[in-house]
Amino acid sequence: MLGLRLYMAQRITALLMGPFVLGHIAVMIYAIQGGLSAAEILGRTQGSVLWFLFYGLFVVAVSIHGAIGLRVIAHEWGRVQGRALDVLMWGMGLAFFALGARAVWAVTFAGVVT
Amino acid sequence: MPSDVLHVTIDRANGPESFEVPAYDNQTVLDVVSWVQQNADPTLSYRFACRVGMCGSCAMMVNGVPRWTCRTHVSKVTDGAAIHVGPLRNLPIIKDLAVDMDPFFDKWVAAEGVHHGGLTRDDSIAVVDEGSATRVEANAGIECINCSVCYAACDTVAGNADYLGPAALQRAWTLLNDAKDEGSVAILDAVSGDGGCHNCHSMGSCTLYCPNELDPMSAIAGLKRETAKNFFWRGR
Repeated sequence: MLGLRLYMAQRITALLMGPFVLGHIAVMIYAIQGGLSAAEILGRTQGSVLWFLFYGLFVVAVSIHGAIGLRVIAHEWGRVQGRALDVLMWGMGLAFFALGARAVWAVTFAGVVT
Repeated sequence: MPSDVLHVTIDRANGPESFEVPAYDNQTVLDVVSWVQQNADPTLSYRFACRVGMCGSCAMMVNGVPRWTCRTHVSKVTDGAAIHVGPLRNLPIIKDLAVDMDPFFDKWVAAEGVHHGGLTRDDSIAVVDEGSATRVEANAGIECINCSVCYAACDTVAGNADYLGPAALQRAWTLLNDAKDEGSVAILDAVSGDGGCHNCHSMGSCTLYCPNELDPMSAIAGLKRETAKNFFWRGR
């Protein structure tokens, strides 16, 4: 159900998410100190390759990590197995990625490109 | 002389059955089960052999906890004067308290818990350095008696039927650290599959309930470390 590759994928994405979570929380606390408006935040994120990479990689890591975690729960608690388990994992992973990528795109390059 | 009476409940095919068993000062759970079989109901099936904690045959669930019954004193596990005995968890029941150990031993082999020799009878015996770090790791786990108490205690086995389980993985770890064994590649491959060591959630029931006070959870952690190192360095 969980071989070496999936295990490593989940552990490596966990390692990535550690600094991402800390960075995210630090920026959230910093950003609201002076009462930043949404427009001001968007002004800093729009067109920023740095924020695109930061949250883009964060979303990729979360999608992989979360999908594998749900795979384990679905198997051990929901008795889902075989092909259905793979479909569930990939489906959830792609759904997480789509939701996250859409949001990252919206605050970085959506307004810039179109 | 019996000083009192024990209220014993035994899980059988048709549901739990109650027995009144004379209580003695020195009495193991296996003594209680044997008393029932010899004096109350000869059709009761259970399994034991050595009666001294060596053979690993007599493990059962006692008041919900897996134990080696021949070395478990009634006085340490009774709830008042009541005691509930059932077949080991996570294994198919053959009859009453006797479970089918085949899945347990099949997984032992699937985890490559077999000797991988590389020498012939003409070679000299491999030198074992008793003080080496790998030998210390191997020694820590070799006193396993295959009683399946850890397997019955493991919630990951309960939720994931393909999981190899603590005993098999601990044996794989001892062989991986054994200077006389040359099957490291086969072992690491065997414990990296779908039912391998990476399914362990480190809940620790194996280590908590092992009657020989072994530490399968740490052995499995060792396998995780070695397979991860292999993943980075050799890509497998």
